[in-house]
Amino acid sequence: MPEMTYSAALNRALREEMMRDNSVFIMGEDIGVWGDGGGVFSVTKGLLEEFGPERIRDTPISEEGFVSMGVGAAMVGSRPVVEVMYSDFLTLVMDPLVNQAAKMRYMFGGQVKVPLVVRTNLGASGGKAAQHSQSFESWFMHVPGLKIVVPTRPEDAAGLLKTAIRDDNPVIFLEHKSLYFMKGEVPDVIEPIPFGQALVRREGKDVTVVATQVMLQHALKAAEQLQEEGIDIEVIDPRTLVPLDIETILTSVRKTGRCVIAHEAVERAGWAAEVGFQVSLQAFDYLDAPIVRVCAANLPIPYTKVLESVVVPNLDDVKEGIRAVVAGRPYSRGGKAIHE
Amino acid sequence: MVRDVDLEVRMLKTMMLIRAFDSNLPTLYNKGLIQGSSHSAIGQEAVATGACLALRPEDFVTSTHRGHGHTIAKGADLTRMTAELLGRELGFCRGKGGSMHIADFSVNMLGANGIVGASFGIAAGAALSVKLQGSDSVVLAFFGEGALNQGTFLECANMAKIWSLPVIFLCENNHFAMSARPEEMLAVRAITDRAGAVGMKGVEVDGMDVGAVFDAVQAAAARARAGEGPQFIAAECYRFEGHFSGDAMAYRDNSEADEWLKRDPILRQQRMLMSKDVLADEDIKSMESVAKSEVDEALALASAAPFPDPGQAWEDVYA
Repeated sequence: MPEMTYSAALNRALREEMMRDNSVFIMGEDIGVWGDGGGVFSVTKGLLEEFGPERIRDTPISEEGFVSMGVGAAMVGSRPVVEVMYSDFLTLVMDPLVNQAAKMRYMFGGQVKVPLVVRTNLGASGGKAAQHSQSFESWFMHVPGLKIVVPTRPEDAAGLLKTAIRDDNPVIFLEHKSLYFMKGEVPDVIEPIPFGQALVRREGKDVTVVATQVMLQHALKAAEQLQEEGIDIEVIDPRTLVPLDIETILTSVRKTGRCVIAHEAVERAGWAAEVGFQVSLQAFDYLDAPIVRVCAANLPIPYTKVLESVVVPNLDDVKEGIRAVVAGRPYSRGGKAIHE
Repeated sequence: MVRDVDLEVRMLKTMMLIRAFDSNLPTLYNKGLIQGSSHSAIGQEAVATGACLALRPEDFVTSTHRGHGHTIAKGADLTRMTAELLGRELGFCRGKGGSMHIADFSVNMLGANGIVGASFGIAAGAALSVKLQGSDSVVLAFFGEGALNQGTFLECANMAKIWSLPVIFLCENNHFAMSARPEEMLAVRAITDRAGAVGMKGVEVDGMDVGAVFDAVQAAAARARAGEGPQFIAAECYRFEGHFSGDAMAYRDNSEADEWLKRDPILRQQRMLMSKDVLADEDIKSMESVAKSEVDEALALASAAPFPDPGQAWEDVYA
């Protein structure tokens, strides 16, 4: 299989979906001519030339406006893919996402479909500070009516994006800015990947680690490195948070008896709490130790590296969390006051 | 422009039907048949009617929390509307929307909305889709003057203008945003000045004159259909009732209200048609009783319809 970057894989999925279905169009800020022609992270590279300015639409800086317009367009037969340049700007589009897109079908009694995809990127990538580094995936899990995708491998990014575009519901497609130029194998023919199917990325018998995106990469490295300490780790990538494949997670925990959940969103009320609760409810008798979560501290993201690394978990933190669950001791990096 | 007499009568009938429907709201409340918030369009019938009748069936409208008039004028079935207010499965939204989310997609009425200002984006987005699909439909967004202070107006109207979208922004200036007055809350004297800020030439129209609204919307729709881009109409009207059923309106100046009541859009249309000998007193009375019986019949059918099965709470979350 050929190797390509996450960004290029997303680009290919977009291009193929636009060729396949005329009702698909893309809009967002600086997606057409900026940089090398394709947005800040090159995801829409070359699409303006290929599909023209009607279907590849550079917008003004009006996030609430153009996401609202995506909702309106989706309601009458289009399949808009709307790019929000950084997920931090999702705070500007809460009404169209939460009150409109997520509720339309329900509050109108099933009269309408809203096949809208909102693509954006999560996470810290070094020095982008408080308003360009946040991870908001947990916020949207709290909103019935949305689907939440958090792809890590390039092939998953491409396959899940195809599914998102073909889905008749609003999908929040959350990429990670540190992954855009990471390479991976992508099949010659990209098939849509069904939502709600977690991947067991590595099999192991001692500890289950559930993680997404950069934390997933840390988990896979930690699994290799902790083999030396005799810990055999199973790593699960949920791929979509809504719908969530809890069965794959439960099956793993019932086997290993230990569970670590790692995400880059802040610890307090992050999705680890939800997954951890479900595990404790449905696999309580199988647990040999309290569930551990490795998450960002309950702080804004600071600029300078030495402070940023206090807030955002790194490989060592993930390893520390795994050692803690093996030792059966509590672990938290959310806030010092909680466990010290 | 000379309007057809049949059209004039049809507009009167539609306005009278809206009036009869919304006049029934307090009774429904008192009987405990409806709950939550219901916003009466009494006094504003001419805007909804003139606008919707000037559109083609394939044109779209987006509405506001005060949406009964828009829905009726666009041609929605009265029984299913009433059933929705009564929370019945027969309702357009199967009892999940109520008054504030009344919607009939079969007549291209894209829904009443509880968020003031949401209409702009939905309408402009629908207009973008219509344009991309190569259809010659237009989209009309109803909104109140209070919504002009939502930032989405600037964002969406600006995009509609730069992309030349077939959308009509129709401001119903009913002089109240709950209790807030436009004179105090809008920094511009004329509503149409807001259109000027996004490069649109706004048109002012007497929102108590259904014929004037019809003409203005018909002309705007023709321009939008011809590719001339978004249109803005400010229709001045008056909210005869409170913000919602049960509002005591302590903030309202009764002498001002009395002046507006004299301009009742229904009485005006009736007088006009009587002065031209199109209708006589007994015709008006008969039209009133027809409107009332339509509303009563809808209520009887809706009241007899079952409530949704509790299990339906789980349906329609996802397509």
